Amino acid sequence: MGERGRRPVLRDEVITLAHGAGGKATRDLVEALFVEALGNDALMPLGDSAIVRAAPGRLALTTDSYVVRPIRFPGGDIGELAVNGTVNDLAVAGARPLWLTAGFVLEEGLAIETLAAIVHSMAVAARAAGVTVVAGDTKVVERGKADGLYVTTAGVGILEHDLELVPASVRPGDRVLLSGTLADHGMAVMIARGDLHLEGDIESDTAPLHELTAALLGLGGGLRWMRDPTRGGLATVLNELADQSSLAVRVSESMLPVRPTVFAACEILGIDPLYVANEGKLVAVVAADVAADALALLRAHPLGADAVEIGVVEQEPVAMVLLDTSLGGSRIVDMLVGDPLPRIC
Amino acid sequence: MCLGIPGQIVEIPDRAAGLAVVDISGVRRSVSIALVDEPALPLEPDDWVLIHVGFALGRIDEEQARDTLDLLRRGAELEQELDVIRRGTIA
Amino acid sequence: MKYVDEYRDPALARGLSSEIRSLVVPGEVVRVMEVCGGHTHTIYRHGLEDLLPPEVELVHGPGCPVCVIPMGRIDDAIAIAETDGVTLATFGDLLRVPGSRGSLLEAKARGADVRTVYSPLDALALAVAEPDRHVCFFAIGFETTAPATAVTLVQARDDEVANFSIFCNHVLIEPPLRAILETPGLQVDAFIGPGHVSSVIGTDAYRFIPEEYARPIVVAGFEPIDLLQSIAMLLHQRAEHRCEVENQYTRVVQTRGNDRAMAVIHETMQPREEFEWRGLGVLPWSALAVREAFGAFDAERVFTVPGVRVEDPRACRCGEVLTGQIKPWECGVFGTACTPERPIGTCMVSSEGACAAFYSYGRMRQPDTTAVSITRTTPTARG
Repeated sequence: MGERGRRPVLRDEVITLAHGAGGKATRDLVEALFVEALGNDALMPLGDSAIVRAAPGRLALTTDSYVVRPIRFPGGDIGELAVNGTVNDLAVAGARPLWLTAGFVLEEGLAIETLAAIVHSMAVAARAAGVTVVAGDTKVVERGKADGLYVTTAGVGILEHDLELVPASVRPGDRVLLSGTLADHGMAVMIARGDLHLEGDIESDTAPLHELTAALLGLGGGLRWMRDPTRGGLATVLNELADQSSLAVRVSESMLPVRPTVFAACEILGIDPLYVANEGKLVAVVAADVAADALALLRAHPLGADAVEIGVVEQEPVAMVLLDTSLGGSRIVDMLVGDPLPRIC
Repeated sequence: MCLGIPGQIVEIPDRAAGLAVVDISGVRRSVSIALVDEPALPLEPDDWVLIHVGFALGRIDEEQARDTLDLLRRGAELEQELDVIRRGTIA
Repeated sequence: MKYVDEYRDPALARGLSSEIRSLVVPGEVVRVMEVCGGHTHTIYRHGLEDLLPPEVELVHGPGCPVCVIPMGRIDDAIAIAETDGVTLATFGDLLRVPGSRGSLLEAKARGADVRTVYSPLDALALAVAEPDRHVCFFAIGFETTAPATAVTLVQARDDEVANFSIFCNHVLIEPPLRAILETPGLQVDAFIGPGHVSSVIGTDAYRFIPEEYARPIVVAGFEPIDLLQSIAMLLHQRAEHRCEVENQYTRVVQTRGNDRAMAVIHETMQPREEFEWRGLGVLPWSALAVREAFGAFDAERVFTVPGVRVEDPRACRCGEVLTGQIKPWECGVFGTACTPERPIGTCMVSSEGACAAFYSYGRMRQPDTTAVSITRTTPTARG
C-alpha cells in the first residue's frame, strides 16, 4: 500500500494480464485508477474486507452483473449502469442504499483511458446516489473475452420502516404507477451496437431512483410494492407481480408514455416497447386512495416528471396481465419468450 | 413479409447508387431507392415512401391518404349520428 | 408517426366498428381470412376482434413466410452456418424456428456464426467488411421481400463480391391461396389481401379469387383502421351482391404494382418446380430459386446442403387450422405439447402463426368448444 498522498501514476496504455496477477501492476492499477476515483474511508485500508457499521434493523442485499455491449452508449456507460442498477434494486426493496462492492473482469487490451472513464462515471454516479464503493476486485482475462469489461456488484441498504413491500401486500383495486417513458435504455443500446445501421437521438435513461422511492415510502401502508422494469421490460415485472400475487393487472395502452423516436425505432424493428429494458424508471403499486398523492410525489421530482397511472390490479383472470388497447380492444401481455428480436413479418 | 414503415426522404446522397436517407420520427437510416426512383419521376427530399428491410418499396400517395381519412372521418360522424338513432335516444 | 397515428385513431375505429355491426345479418356468420401474418399481428396487437360483432369470424391464413419454411430447410441453414469460415446472416424472425436438431439460436450457442441483420444489403456490407469470411444470407419472404434480395444480388454481381451468397427461400402468394381455395370443406367466405405483397405484384393478380372461386378480396394496409375498413368493404360487397377485387390500401398499392421490383426479381430468380410448405404440403411453382446467371451467389450451389425432408409430428393439425376448419384450441396439442416456446407445427412457430398469436395474445378468451357452434336464438336488438 502506498502512503496516502503519494499516488502511483499509471503509465500503461492498455490492460495486460499482469494487471490481474495480484502483484505490483495490480496494486498500481487499483491505487492510481480505482482508489483515485472511488476513494473513501471504508475502502481506503484496502484490506480483504471493508468494515462498516449499520444501525440495527432489516438490511437489503442485492447482487448484479453488468455485461452490456457496447460498454459506452448514448446516455451512459457500463459503470454508471452498474451503480444505478444496484442502487435501484435496493431502493425498490424499500431500502436506503448505502454500500456497494464492484468486481471487474477486464479484457486484455482494454484501453486504460476507457477504464478510467468508466470508473469515473461510477464515482459520479455513486456520489449522486449517496452510496460509497467499499470493496472491489480486479481480474484480467485474455483478449477476446469479457467484451471489454464486465462488472459485478453487490449492494447493501437499510430498511428504515416496517412496510412489507411484497406481492402479497397487493390488493384488487390498487393502482399501478409508472415514473416515466418506456424503452429508452434498451433501444439506445440496440441502436448503439451498430449492426442495425439506425441512427436516432435515443439515450439510455439510467438514473438512481432512491429519492423517488424514499418519497413514496412516506405513504406508509398505502405503498404496496415497487420494481424497476429492467431486462424484459414493463411486461416482465407486471407478469411477475400478477403471478406472485395470484391477481390480474390491467394496463391502459393510451396511458403508456413512449418517446416518439423510441416508438419509431420499435415500429421499424417490430419490437414491442413493453418488453424493452428501462434503467431509470419505477413501477409502484399503491392503494387507490393514495394514488393521487403518489403521483404528485413522483411528479415533484425531475426523474418522475412524466409519471402516470397506467393501470389497476384486479381479482382475475388470475396471474394474467391484460392490455386495454388504444383502439378499444384488449389483449394479453404474455411473459417474454427469448430476447426481443427485430422482425420483418 | 409485412413490416413496412412510412418514412420521409431527407436527402439523396448518392442517386446513382440508389441510396437515400429516410427519417422516421427522428430515427434515420440509409435505404435503397432502386425500386422506386425513376428518371421520369425522380424521388425528392420530403417525399414519403414505404420502407421494408432497408428498401423503399413504394411511394406513399399523400392525396390518396387524405381522401381515405376524410372519407373515414365523415363515415365516423355519420355512424355516430346513426347510432344515436338506432338506440332511439334523442340527441 | 405520420401515416401511422391517423390509422390508429380510436374515433375512426369506433365509426368503422359501428358500420360493420350495421352491415352484418344477425346470426349469419361471415368467415374472413386474412392471409398475411402481418395482418394477424395487427389484429391481435390492437385487440381488433373486440370491435367486431360475433357474426364476423376471422380465420388466420398461411401468409407467414417464416412459419411455412419446412424444418428440413432450417436444418440446411444450420448446416451452412456450421461450415467453417461462414457467417449466416438472418432476419430475427428465423432465430428461434426449430429444425429437427434445434434452432439457429441453439446452433449459435454451439459456436456457429449466426448474425441478425435488418436488410439483405447489410448482409452484403458484412461480406465486404469481412473478406476472410463467407457471408450467406438466409433469404425469406413473399414477393414483398424478394425484390430486396434481388437488388442485393445485382449489387453483389456489379461490385464483384466474391464471398457472398443467399440461401433462397422466397415464396409466392398465389399458390397457397389456390391451395386454400381448393381445400374441400374450406370454411372461408372472403379474403383480406396482403397489402405489401400487393405493392409489388399489384391487385389484378387476385382476380382469380372472385372469378374462379366466387370469393371477394380486399387488399388491406396494416394499421387497425385499414383492417376495419377492409372488413367493412367486404361486407358491403356481400350486401350489394358484388364479388370482386378491391383495394383499400390506395395510399401505397397501385393496380399494376411495382414493375421495377417485378423485373429485378425476374432478372435474378426463377420459380422452382416444387417447394414444400409446412402445413400445406408440396406446392408446384410456389417458390423462387436463384437463376444460373447469378449462380455464384446461390448457396445451394456454393454449399452442399443436406436437403432432408423432415415430417411434422403426427399430432400436428396445422393444415386444418390454416384452412379454417378447426380453431387453434381445437387441436389436441394446443397449449400443452405445442406452445410458442416449444412449437410442434407451423401455426405456433412464429408470433404471427394462428396458434401462436392466439396463445400469446388472446387465450383469455378461450371459449368452451360448444360456444363455437351457432346457438344464437333471437337476434339481439340493435336499437
